[in-house]
Amino acid sequence: MTSPTTVGPAVSAGPTPAPRKRRGDGRKWAEIALFAGPALIVFIGFVIVPVVLAAVYSFFNLPAGFRWEHLADPERFRGIDNYVRALTTPEFLRAIGNNFTILALSLIIQGPLAIAIALLLNRRLRGQSIFRLLIFVPYVLAEVIAGLAWKLLLPPNGGVNAILRSLGWENPPAWLADPSVALWTIFAILTWKYLGFAILIMLAGLQGVPEELSEAAAIDGAGWWKTQWYITLPLLGPTIRIWAFLSIIGSLQVFDMVWVTVAPSVRGIATETMATYMIQQGQFAGQPGYGSAIAVILFVISLVVALVYQRFAMRRDLAGAITSGVR
Amino acid sequence: MNSRTTARLAAVGAAAAVGALALAGCAGGSPSPSGSADGGEQVTITWWHNATSGPMPEVWQEVAEEFMAAHPNVIVEQTGYQNEELQRTLIPNALAAGDPPDLFQVWPGGEIRDQVANGYLMPLDDLIPDTIASVGATVGPWQVDGQTYGIPFTFGIEGFWYNTDHFATAGITEVPETLDDLKDAVEKLRAAGITPIAVGAGDRWPAAHWWYQFALHSCSVETLQEAAATFNFDDPCWVDAGVQLQEFMAINPFQEGFLGTPAQQGAGSSAGLVANGQAAMELMGHWNAGVMGGLTPDETVPEFLGWFPFPSIPGSAGDPTATLGGGDGFGCSASAPPECAELLAYIMSEDVQKRFAASGSGIPTVTSAVDSLEDPNLKLVAEGLANSSYVQLWFDTEFGTTVGNAMNEGIINLISGSGTPEDVVQRMKDAAATL
Repeated sequence: MTSPTTVGPAVSAGPTPAPRKRRGDGRKWAEIALFAGPALIVFIGFVIVPVVLAAVYSFFNLPAGFRWEHLADPERFRGIDNYVRALTTPEFLRAIGNNFTILALSLIIQGPLAIAIALLLNRRLRGQSIFRLLIFVPYVLAEVIAGLAWKLLLPPNGGVNAILRSLGWENPPAWLADPSVALWTIFAILTWKYLGFAILIMLAGLQGVPEELSEAAAIDGAGWWKTQWYITLPLLGPTIRIWAFLSIIGSLQVFDMVWVTVAPSVRGIATETMATYMIQQGQFAGQPGYGSAIAVILFVISLVVALVYQRFAMRRDLAGAITSGVR
Repeated sequence: MNSRTTARLAAVGAAAAVGALALAGCAGGSPSPSGSADGGEQVTITWWHNATSGPMPEVWQEVAEEFMAAHPNVIVEQTGYQNEELQRTLIPNALAAGDPPDLFQVWPGGEIRDQVANGYLMPLDDLIPDTIASVGATVGPWQVDGQTYGIPFTFGIEGFWYNTDHFATAGITEVPETLDDLKDAVEKLRAAGITPIAVGAGDRWPAAHWWYQFALHSCSVETLQEAAATFNFDDPCWVDAGVQLQEFMAINPFQEGFLGTPAQQGAGSSAGLVANGQAAMELMGHWNAGVMGGLTPDETVPEFLGWFPFPSIPGSAGDPTATLGGGDGFGCSASAPPECAELLAYIMSEDVQKRFAASGSGIPTVTSAVDSLEDPNLKLVAEGLANSSYVQLWFDTEFGTTVGNAMNEGIINLISGSGTPEDVVQRMKDAAATL
């Protein structure tokens, strides 16, 4: 998460005399340093420092495998050139568009679908645990494994199209090779993969909806649909908002599925995301400076979206937890 | 002294020894001042290459062992890495970190120019002049400003790898000699129900090579050389290459879903399609027979395989005897001990080159070793190379990764119908402007 959290514990030292309190304070800080120190050092070394370095690199024109000397060379300093270039390059703008397309589709399609299936699975029915297990299996798979499996199933003459042909669809599309359908295919695979997680979260949320309310509504004459609409959904609100938050962050950072599943050529035309564009340009086109600028833009977009969402959508859910420290 | 103290002392001693070894390891990156073949101090040479499958890993291991036997003070540690991983990640990072391998694969064109500019490579002219002379003009792409920084052990040209049985079935009696012949062949193969040409456009470069061929045939040698030196792409021949590729695409020569087809991975790749009889031909470099051999069920090079050079385009401005090709070479890092150059000389010796030729992995660069080629198709490739008046390096290699990547992206857009011939050239200019 990106917002700062207060580190100090909320425990007060109690009504003890002043000198002893001070000694207790020193001991407390020693304990904090001892327990939080190593984690803090790792966090600073492997998160904060690289983020700052990426920001520094983004102002330079650097060759692949650059050295510190390159950063000292005034001719390599290019100011905001890399940012201007990124934001005027159609490929990158399309990559941003692809990320937000996946984001919107996730919220519009995966959300309602997950709620519907969760409501279904929340009723007592035969084989309930088997359904729950099956739906959750794709989520357990590593994204790279799932992507490779679909890549092997979806070539023009692959298994999926063979089945479709035998079902009477004479000319099924080349799902991953046709630029006009590749992004939809990717979204379908992502849905297959992450729907189970959404359903699991919704199911957990449904456990928190007291049955008494439904019973009371039933006594008042509300039907099943009305009960769900006026009672279950509103009470599921916090769960839905948390799921949407995770989904938004995931959509903005899609990398593995696209990188593994789609051939580089089709990816460049139709399914590039901000993260794949960053790796393609920073690593494979030998422009670490430009790649760093893309990384910073991706970071800023994710940060802004996350903060705005927390500020407006999750305000009540998080009151006192994240946004404002200790109540 | 009791046994416990002894053990403790031994442990301390061992720890000190390990520490000293570690220190020695750290210092290993700097050039050894007096290391030489006269039985002096121990030298370790690390060697990174791109042979991970087929006969070559074994050949390189043999070469390393033979060199160690002849030079008792030298230890050679050779490792093969996947080609792209080696080129794009491992070597650039090792060079930047100041801890490079001693002997490693050096790619010509844009990459070697950058490495030399950074002072990463050892000039070889004074150390092994005879070896450099033995490969003749082929060493050219590994030279920068008249100095030699790498030596190719294999170099070949591109052409069509085709299924002679399919050609016979379709009634094609002679291999295409002009572009119109090739278009005719495509039509006949289609009529016979055979996919005419496989292209691994999914990996970008195999499709880009089609554009390279049209550019090679449209541009004069002077234009090509000027473009390589100054990134000047103003000549209309560069746009013309794209126009010709568009016209060729109009006859629908490639397999279904070619945009997503990989070049070399699995039976569904373009090489796999040809190797398994599902497509009639593929435009590819001299290594293709070896790749296809790994993609058939019985893991052998198919017997129906034949080779012919890219056909001529009558009336085009380019030199008809110019060809497109590339190779693999080795160079030494600037900090490598002098034994590195000796090992390189041994790798390039006639004996090793003959064994390389006999393995069927590619065309050797030492002329006297070419006779040792056994594969009939590789003999054809070698003949084509010998008859070339000018060999243009793959354009993406020649122009370096940044311009090369932009060019290949533009070409993919062109063949997918979402870009124009002008776009390709504009992208190349834009990318060159960012350097």
